[in-house]
Amino acid sequence: MALTSPESKIWWNLPIGRAELVWIVIAFFWGVFMFGMMVWWHLEGNQNLSNEVYRISPAKFEERTEAFTEKYTVREEAGMPVAKPEPGAEVYMLSRLWEWWPILELKKGQTYRLHLSSLDWQHGFSLQPVNINIQVHPGLEHVVTLTPTQSGEFSVVCNEFCGEGHHTMVGRIHVVD
Amino acid sequence: MAKTKSDAEESVRIPPMQRLLDNHFLLLFLGVAVPTVLYTLWGVMELSQIPIAE
Amino acid sequence: MSVTAETGIIGGIAAKFRTCPATGLKVDLAAERLIKANAVAAIVFLAIGGVFGLLVALTRWQAVHLLPSDLFYLVLTAHGLDVLLVWIIFFEIAVLYFASAILLNCRLATPRIAWVAFGLMMVGALLANITVLQGEASVMFTSYVPLKAPPNFYLGIILFAVGALLGCFIFLGTLVIAKEEKTYEGSIPLVTFGALTACIIAVFTIASGAIILIPTWLWSLGYISHIDTVMYKLVWWAMGHSSQQINMAAQVAIWYAIPAILLGAKPLSEKVSRSAFLMYILFLQLASAHHMLVEPGISSEWKVFNTSYAIYLAVLGSMIHGMSIPGAIEAAQRGNGFTNGVFEWLRRAPWNNPAFAGMFLSLVLFGFLGGISGVVLGTEQINIMLHNTLYVPGHFHATVVAGTTLAFMAITYLLVPLIFQREIIWPKLAKWQPYLFGLGAAGISLFMMGAGTLGVSRRHWDITFSDATLSFDYPPAAFLMLGLNGMSAILAAIGGGLFVVIIVASVLFGKKVDASNIVAALGPTPQKQMSDAVKSYGNAGTFHLPGTYILVAIFFTAFVLYYFVNWKYLSELWQLG
Repeated sequence: MALTSPESKIWWNLPIGRAELVWIVIAFFWGVFMFGMMVWWHLEGNQNLSNEVYRISPAKFEERTEAFTEKYTVREEAGMPVAKPEPGAEVYMLSRLWEWWPILELKKGQTYRLHLSSLDWQHGFSLQPVNINIQVHPGLEHVVTLTPTQSGEFSVVCNEFCGEGHHTMVGRIHVVD
Repeated sequence: MAKTKSDAEESVRIPPMQRLLDNHFLLLFLGVAVPTVLYTLWGVMELSQIPIAE
Repeated sequence: MSVTAETGIIGGIAAKFRTCPATGLKVDLAAERLIKANAVAAIVFLAIGGVFGLLVALTRWQAVHLLPSDLFYLVLTAHGLDVLLVWIIFFEIAVLYFASAILLNCRLATPRIAWVAFGLMMVGALLANITVLQGEASVMFTSYVPLKAPPNFYLGIILFAVGALLGCFIFLGTLVIAKEEKTYEGSIPLVTFGALTACIIAVFTIASGAIILIPTWLWSLGYISHIDTVMYKLVWWAMGHSSQQINMAAQVAIWYAIPAILLGAKPLSEKVSRSAFLMYILFLQLASAHHMLVEPGISSEWKVFNTSYAIYLAVLGSMIHGMSIPGAIEAAQRGNGFTNGVFEWLRRAPWNNPAFAGMFLSLVLFGFLGGISGVVLGTEQINIMLHNTLYVPGHFHATVVAGTTLAFMAITYLLVPLIFQREIIWPKLAKWQPYLFGLGAAGISLFMMGAGTLGVSRRHWDITFSDATLSFDYPPAAFLMLGLNGMSAILAAIGGGLFVVIIVASVLFGKKVDASNIVAALGPTPQKQMSDAVKSYGNAGTFHLPGTYILVAIFFTAFVLYYFVNWKYLSELWQLG
């Protein structure tokens, strides 16, 4: 039994039961299929995370986000600027203790290049209630291509623990028709 | 003498896969080397190649 | 107790041993003491970590919202540390010593160093705990840089890890001694092979931990100025996730061990079961990538390959065990005479024996809740919907709590008579314990996964965002889920508390066990099996096992359906590229 050494010295050559063999074959091909799904989704699917990443200093990223915000600000909301970039534009959103800045207003069905980075600690970009979650690191600029397919008011919750104010860190993205 | 000989014969007949599974330190080596290469080293290599923003 | 300790000279070294009345195996007394010490330490930290877990769940239950935010993050850090690392690894060291010295009929290598290892682990665990409780180290168990804890937090974990690594080497050393001294013939037992798998994964795990935590400790002391955040995460998870893969291997070994002890079950095929463990040795650790799927800076090629454990070969290993273990139980039970219909073997299994009930619940809950959710969560693109939501702790409470912890509890019901040589006190209460704990753990997992599917963030004190400038409301169902999670946590805490009390009371006050009552002390079994089972061995594959085929078919159907449902949800997400 399982607690004692195999009785047969050469156990490797003992035959395998038919049902066990069938299960092994099914399980193996299911694994190959699941692997293939991920590869296929990269080719045909519409939800893949971009691999476009650059090293950047937090100061430089802040500067770029400020320039972007200055250029596109259309109004203020809760004391924060709301930036409305033209479709296809390079869009910036930074994270820092404890806010996502600025607020964005995007157009439904248009594609944007969203630049994400952190100025201090790691944060978690969690777009709700859509449920898109992306990790945001200081020193790395992640360029994500994003096409909103719904309109309305969306929130960016921080879902990476970032200290005592973590649970107050909420940002906003508006999507208009 | 006879016993030694049969032991030797037996060890010759043991299939290679069974010998691998009985070789605990070879398994230890593989179990550390495979993830070190495929996960850690490959990952570190990619992180060291991230381009710098213009 | 009538067993006298003898001194045997083995390999030129004297070791005291007693003869086990149940199996006739020699039990090295030094190994026995070490198993006891490690198991007791483990259970103490389970109790502490469990209380922290209950506090976390009662805070996330929004209607109760027990702790203030700073205390919540502190307790959450301590909870992760104590149960994910300390409880589990202490118990695993006990399992390693049991599976080597005891099962191989051998003396334990270097018991003195084993005590040093125990001391290091204890000092490390205490140091890390004290540092967290002092309130300056609420950085979560993962301590992602640049969050910085005081140096002693890292030092504590490093000391603990070094101790655990010594324990692994002692296990390997014992294998060498057993081979040299020919205490077994041919190959090591399957359970010991499972323990070897756990040990190998542990070596990789601990080495990775050292590689990342030593520089982080120096950084915290001020000797190093910068640690790359993604690099930290990459290497940290080679420890953080792989440490849970040690559990995986150890618990599978226990799933094989308990039916063998209680029912005389034999593996369907040594070749198949050992090859499945080989898949673990080679590929299971790659799943550390599950935590890196939405990180910037690592390519999709790396993500797809590693997250799939090399084309799901390690999952193949688990699916093989998932058939071999119920199959072995069915074959043994049919051999015991329960041959009517498809499921008599299962109905007439010893469900009133907490070791069996705990083991079988652990197997089922791990497979259905933990295994399936793990593969889905670890699918590169699907992870975008689930990363850092409560789905993640939901998944790993199914694996680590409903799976590993329940399996470890189950084997403890056998270790108490076999190693502590005491009867389980209050057997009627013990009978209910695995069901209470299993039900609670299953609830915790399911409701957290439910909340995570609704987008609720993990490690988050206030899902009403009452102090935030911009407001956001999760759907009302999320609040319901967290309430049910809190209630399940209470149930699990009762089950866990019962376990700790029963085991501690049995060890202190249980009736002593000797040859006359050892079989009865193992709890109810369908028939007397021990002596026959030890003698005979072979492939059990001659039986037709219809019950197992049906169980496996149900599992596979659930797996496939749930897998595709998540792809469908993903396809409705905003487009990302």
